[in-house]
Amino acid sequence: MSVMTAPPPTATRGSALGRLTLTELKLFTRGRALVGMLLTVAVPLLLLIIFGSIRSFNRPVKVYGGLTVLDVYVPILLAFSVALLSLLTIPPALAGYREMGVLRRLQTTPAGPVRVLTAQLAVKFGAAAVTVIVILAVARIGYGVAWPRELAGFAVAGLLTAAALMAIGLFIAAVAPTGNVARGIGAIAFYPMMFFAGLWLPIPNMPRVLQHISHATPLGAAVPALQNATLGHWPTSLQLLTLAAYAVAFGLAAARLFRWE
Amino acid sequence: MPAVIEVQHLHKSYGKTVAVDDISFAVEQGEIFGILGPNGAGKSTTVECIEGLRTPDRGQITVLGLDPQRDRAELTQQLGVQLQDSQLPDQLRVAEALELYSAFYRAPADWRELMDLLGLAGKANTRFGKLSGGQKQRLSIALALVGSPQVAVLDELTTGLDPQARRDTWELIEGVRSRGVTIVLVTHFMEEAERLCDRVALIDAGRVVVVDSPAALAEQAEAEQRIQFRPSVPFDDGLLTVLPDVTNVIHRGDVVVVTGNNNALNAVTSVLARHQIVAHQLRVEQGSLEDAFLTLTGRHDGARPRAGQN
Repeated sequence: MSVMTAPPPTATRGSALGRLTLTELKLFTRGRALVGMLLTVAVPLLLLIIFGSIRSFNRPVKVYGGLTVLDVYVPILLAFSVALLSLLTIPPALAGYREMGVLRRLQTTPAGPVRVLTAQLAVKFGAAAVTVIVILAVARIGYGVAWPRELAGFAVAGLLTAAALMAIGLFIAAVAPTGNVARGIGAIAFYPMMFFAGLWLPIPNMPRVLQHISHATPLGAAVPALQNATLGHWPTSLQLLTLAAYAVAFGLAAARLFRWE
Repeated sequence: MPAVIEVQHLHKSYGKTVAVDDISFAVEQGEIFGILGPNGAGKSTTVECIEGLRTPDRGQITVLGLDPQRDRAELTQQLGVQLQDSQLPDQLRVAEALELYSAFYRAPADWRELMDLLGLAGKANTRFGKLSGGQKQRLSIALALVGSPQVAVLDELTTGLDPQARRDTWELIEGVRSRGVTIVLVTHFMEEAERLCDRVALIDAGRVVVVDSPAALAEQAEAEQRIQFRPSVPFDDGLLTVLPDVTNVIHRGDVVVVTGNNNALNAVTSVLARHQIVAHQLRVEQGSLEDAFLTLTGRHDGARPRAGQN
């Protein structure tokens, strides 16, 4: 008792999640979302170029085991782009979907709204991965920045950083009533986080008190972890635990608090 | 044959406001069942409970033998929903939306055929944000039908459409029903209910007032007949008001409007003829569903007590 004839045999039917992810990817490369994506890559690259032109940044420093200031600065740029994606693009997209009724509509279909959240996170995670690779590649090829000496540690720290930041982005999307409020909260969270990541003032140069605060923030744990791996050491357990704790806490809170309408 | 949808003693409140007080009805297979009532009557809350979007406080709902809360996954395969006010991402193209949604269902319809049927083929590559109100509405209907559902719930189908688009949509819905889909239509347009529905549930202030066919409802309320004409010479209203079949006589400029029951026309024309008064531009309006609604809910024109929020 179907409404129409059966679909033609050549019709492709991927899984619901697969189709959703593909659709989210297409949407991410259109209109305003495309601008967001370009900024995620362009701004860190610009900073890389600026700092890369500073001579003192390119001199090997003994305490860094022969690496330059630039080498150790790159992790901050990576944290910057992942934070930008997680805090400035995820919350408005998801809260906006809720505001428009997109999530509510999906609730009436077999796909359900959870899948579209997953698709959105998958696309943003992919974008983060691509951005990280691009920045590392440009830094290596353009400025001779070394690959991280402890690659596995770097990857683990990087994944946990992404998990922590995206969980925070999800949480903001869960509690913000509208897309615009979500954008605002994301921005308010972004700048202090970047300060404590050492974007403007390197962490070791901060007064004691600020250093302590910094190590308790996600990026304040992530950047030293990534820097450790760059220098050839594994990140410390405290750093990794801090990141994991943020990921779990904010992830669970988001799951509990998320409203579909 | 068991009813496709059974609602029994549904109750739902939001805080202190009771949106749905005690609603019961059954929808039979293959019919177009209307849920009619003013804004705030509880229509949307009722269908949201049927769709599984809201949890009732009390009462029982069965759709195709499934529980909307417990059997969500299976129900969403069989139930197509067109939501009022629901948007899609602005940048999503029509064909992409249809292709996306058809991937959700076990046995989807051919979305290209559906696109043609709804007159959207020319807009296949247009982004949602650039569609007109009527086109968005049609896409909404297409998405509700793309899963080849057995039951479709349409909420405020033609709100915001121009008269031509409205009529086209009505024809489309009749076509859908003729293919075997059971349809629940939520509306506050009397005309729409009269045109499309096999049966109608009148809902007011969270309760079902009555359930019957539109024609039977109009008759049941001993609906009024309204007779309008321009008299060739002025006359005393008393000539007509004395007739037992006449309930009211008013004047609008030089037009006389007589209201009464179904025998009024006969009585009025007899009296006018006897007094040699010619009735120019005579018009008769039969009782309508709207009159039935107003009568049955005990309302008077213009005096609408505020019901709870919808």
